[in-house]
Amino acid sequence: MSAKNILRRIFLEPLIIISRDKAGFVGFIFLLFILLLSFIGPYFIKLDTEVKLDKIYQFPSREHILGTDNQGRDIFSQIVNGGKDVIIVAFLAGLISTLIAVSLGSLSAYAGGLTDTIIMFITEIILTIPQFPLLAVLAAFVRLTNPTMLAFIIGFLGWPALARAIRSQVLSIKERDYIEAARVLDLGRIHIIFSEILPNMLSYIVISLIMAMTGAVYSQVGLIILGLVPFYGHNWGLMIQLAWTRGAIFYKGSIFYILSPIIAIALFQWSAVTFTRSLEGIFNPRLRAGE
Amino acid sequence: MSKVKKLFSNYIFLRVIRAILTIFIVATLTFFIIRLMPGNPIEIYIGQLMSQYGMSFQDAKNQAAALFSIDLDAPLSKQYVIYMRNLLRGDFGVSFLSQGTPVSLMIAAYLPWTIFSVGISILISFSLGITLGMISAYKRGGIFDHIVSTVAAILSAIPNYLIGILLLIIIGVQLGLIPVSAMRGTVSPGIKPGFTWTFIKDIFSHALLPIMTYVVSTVGGWTLSMKSSTLNTLGEDYVTVAKARGLPESRITFAYVGRNALLPLFTSLTMQMGFLMGGSALIESIFVYKGIGWALGSSIAQRDYPVMQAVFLIITIAVIVANFIADLLYSKLDPRIKIGGE
Repeated sequence: MSAKNILRRIFLEPLIIISRDKAGFVGFIFLLFILLLSFIGPYFIKLDTEVKLDKIYQFPSREHILGTDNQGRDIFSQIVNGGKDVIIVAFLAGLISTLIAVSLGSLSAYAGGLTDTIIMFITEIILTIPQFPLLAVLAAFVRLTNPTMLAFIIGFLGWPALARAIRSQVLSIKERDYIEAARVLDLGRIHIIFSEILPNMLSYIVISLIMAMTGAVYSQVGLIILGLVPFYGHNWGLMIQLAWTRGAIFYKGSIFYILSPIIAIALFQWSAVTFTRSLEGIFNPRLRAGE
Repeated sequence: MSKVKKLFSNYIFLRVIRAILTIFIVATLTFFIIRLMPGNPIEIYIGQLMSQYGMSFQDAKNQAAALFSIDLDAPLSKQYVIYMRNLLRGDFGVSFLSQGTPVSLMIAAYLPWTIFSVGISILISFSLGITLGMISAYKRGGIFDHIVSTVAAILSAIPNYLIGILLLIIIGVQLGLIPVSAMRGTVSPGIKPGFTWTFIKDIFSHALLPIMTYVVSTVGGWTLSMKSSTLNTLGEDYVTVAKARGLPESRITFAYVGRNALLPLFTSLTMQMGFLMGGSALIESIFVYKGIGWALGSSIAQRDYPVMQAVFLIITIAVIVANFIADLLYSKLDPRIKIGGE
């Protein structure tokens, strides 16, 4: 499969099909909106860090479309500037999880026998350990000095469920005629997995990546809210954590301050899930029927 | 020989082995994290004692050894054996902060509340979800189905701790319907435990917000899975046959469709339990509901390593045991599992 073809299959075709699915399309538009806001927005709207004691907890106005926070700073500028880090960490973590899941899942399904048993046993064990407490405990030991480290820890724990799903996908593709043909031609295990099986699962892998990202957002923001991520910066999770620990959430007038980051995160999660759900609906029948 | 073989292909036996093995592996991992990680808690604690209280290295080391119930002079392998033996006896060492309190006592005080609140929540959420899901499936395409499915999709996508904070600010702060600060903790001071109305009312009022959070955040997922599972079952041949035989509608709905549609949901039930127990660290911290999750959050925040280590182990063991029970239940409901095969 050529690179152009692959690009076409991952990006263009889903877009054409998704425009026919209402919920999926809405999810896609919101997702695009949040991504543009978080990655292009900061070039136009700078983070407001100036403390203005005379402007505390203002309600939305033309000047401050989401109002101001407990120190009189513009909330909208905080929302615009607070998404990038969350999304980048989630993407990195999702990518790591997906890479591990795809490698182990396909190896397990393809090799079978003892390799399969061992990999699946390890997968099952990691799957039974409650993930969030494990992350929280690890975060207490490992000095989380930068976002990349956080992404790595989340990513390294997030693969098991995905690996199991990938394994069953590969198991079903493995039995197809063209794989049989490749095996007869003695193309080698690596070649068959990476050139024959995986390209046929690309859409599924992209879906898994987005789902892994939403899982990473959950863990990441959870850790931030518990105060376990010490590095500086500004992001949606930190906004919630500050509002919570400083008691702003118990003040009636703080509603826009606390609601804004919550809605931003919830919207990101919802649109990602809705988008992928309709992607799944589109791709799964094709996967099952085979091409 | 055949007896041994039979034992190893026994479903329940295999489950027991796996549960024990998982607990063993987690306990081992915890030991090595505590002892071998760079900047491990024992070294940190010894350093702290020496710098803050001016203790000599030997004194500090002795105190650390007592806290973790580990003999620091013994070779690592021997320390490991002692650690495992202590675990088996339920000896988790002593808390850093509340000096002298055995960690096992703290766990006994916190764990029941989490099992109580998470257990009740799963019961409510599961029964509500399957009811809504079945109705949606039967009335698919209608207004009810549209509203329920949309709301379910939104709720299931929002992280549960955000739903918790939302409930707190909407019901507690903005509307002022419930006294949030009075509802902290697990039981009001001065109320004696027992099967009395006051006690039961009190513990439910304290657990109200955590339970609401768990239910609201999981009911959407159950509704959606039950709907798609019911839709699949409705297309099965045996349902068509039952209809052709002229069986009463209620019998078809419950005995033929409902029962079979429920089965695939039981596997998610075990995942859900682990997820909720794990997420309780956040939910209980938000509401200051003093269960095992809150204990985990606060012990991590205060770097109370013996408590943290023990609480983590206990949460994991609780999840493994819950999984095990759910597996047994599932094999009773669906005998095909026991015979094996994927």
